[in-house]
This record gives sequence, C-alpha cells and structure tokens, in this order.
Amino acid sequence: MPLIIVYLIGLLFGLGIVVGGMANPAKVLNFFDFAGTWDPSLIFVMGGALAVTVPGYALVTRRSAPLFDARFQIPTKRDLDVRLIGGSALFGLGWGIAGFCPGGALPALGTGRVEVVVFVAAMICGIILARTISKISGARPTPMNPKEAA
Amino acid sequence: METEFTPLISLAGGLMIGTAAVLLMALKGRIAGATGILTGAVFADGWAERSWRIAFLAGVLSAPIVYLLLFGEAVAIQVPVPLIALVLGGIIVGMGVNWANGCTSGHGVCGMARFSLRSIVATMTFMVVTIATVFVVRHVIGG
Repeated sequence: MPLIIVYLIGLLFGLGIVVGGMANPAKVLNFFDFAGTWDPSLIFVMGGALAVTVPGYALVTRRSAPLFDARFQIPTKRDLDVRLIGGSALFGLGWGIAGFCPGGALPALGTGRVEVVVFVAAMICGIILARTISKISGARPTPMNPKEAA
Repeated sequence: METEFTPLISLAGGLMIGTAAVLLMALKGRIAGATGILTGAVFADGWAERSWRIAFLAGVLSAPIVYLLLFGEAVAIQVPVPLIALVLGGIIVGMGVNWANGCTSGHGVCGMARFSLRSIVATMTFMVVTIATVFVVRHVIGG
C-alpha cells in the first residue's frame, strides 16, 4: 500500500483529534470534571467516531481481505486479565493527572510545544519501562503480532 | 480554566477520526490505535511493519500545520497542569497503555466498535479512574 495514502489517513485521524478538542488538555480535563468546570464536548468526539466505525467496520470486514493487504489483523484475545484491567486503570490515573492520552498528545506534538514534548518523552519512557518490567518478570512483552495487540 | 462547549465541532472531529479508522481497516486491515501504532513504529519486526506506522504518525504529527493552513489559526492547546504532572502522568500513561494494549483510540473507538469485551472493560476502567483522578486532584487535593 502506498505510504502516501497511509500518511493521508494519519493526517485525517490527527485533524479529527485536533478539531474535536482531544489534543487540548484543558478541554479533556474539563470533560472529566463533573464537579467543576464540566465541558461535555468530548462525548461528541467518541460518539461521532463510533457512529462511523460501528457500521464502517461491519461493512468493510465483510470482504475477505483489505484492499492492499493479505488479511484483516483484528485482535482475537478474549480474556479479561489483570494486565488489561490494571493497565487501563494506570492509564486512567495518568490521563487524569496530565490531561493527555496518547492519541491526543501525538497530534499536539506537531505544534512543537515544550509541554507536549515533555509529556510524550515521559510517555515513551513509560512504555519502555513497562516492556522492561514485563521482560524481567518473565511475562512476554506486549506482542507486536496484531492478532494479539490492541 | 473553563472551556467552551463545542458539540458540533467535536462531532465533526469524531466523524473524521472514525472515517480514518474505517479507511485504515478497509485498505490496510489494521486497527487505528495510537498506542499500537506508536509502539510498533519503534519495536515492530522488519521495515514493512514499521514503515506504514511511521507514515501514519507523520500524518498525525503534521495535523496542526495543516490545521493552521486550513483555518488560519493555531490549534488550541491549553495545559492547566504543572510540568511535574506532565512527567509523572506521561510515565504512568505509557506504562498503562502498554500493559492494557491500547488507549482511547484503540480500545475506546476501534475496539468498542467491534463490541470487543476486552475493549469495553478497558474503556470503562480508564474512564472511571480518570473521573476519580480528576476529582481527587481538583477537589480533594486542590480544593
């Protein structure tokens, strides 16, 4: 698949995040602050995205394969383990402290703002730290085989 | 710090995110998750697995510049927390999304759209914990 097309899909994804307000920590933190300066805008981001992906995924995965690849690489894992729930809880803790999630921080990084550079650098350190801990503790590091990822 | 309620603009942003995710699935057969794409761009085996992720990230990173060209104004990024919160929060987010195998985009949008039980549980978990964290930071510690 031509990389320019993947680039353009990434651009649309990033523009959606920026337009929706997910790249703005003030807006993100206000979304979660029911007891204070609540701004419900971001439920419209998730609602809008799901309104497209729910029917869209159902439609496109009816084909036997994607247009430019041999097969769909959709996660097949089913078990609800400590790693999934503990990891998600940690993510929520960090998101509430900093106001950036990975998908919000990456397009924000394109502004070159020093706060975003600091957050993304710390986040990458966190990813490397988690992989290292997984390796030391004998658990397999997060697989890059997309059948198991996501 | 108050922010303006922007339902229509946020809905438009969501529709764009969803369209990008469906296009990536239709053309390349992959999940549009920020965590997996970022991690895979660095750690995946082989150039073929890394190159498309790098191209996708390049598109994501150029969004603010294209936004500036399209709308004639810079992307609003207001950071209402101190630098230490960005460092601490960044490390915790990185560890969490690695172990959870996904974040708001991978689990919250793509996984929920497939009605994946793992993604529904992950999304409910991080949403509830984020709400609790913001409450504690702003109204218990900060209050």
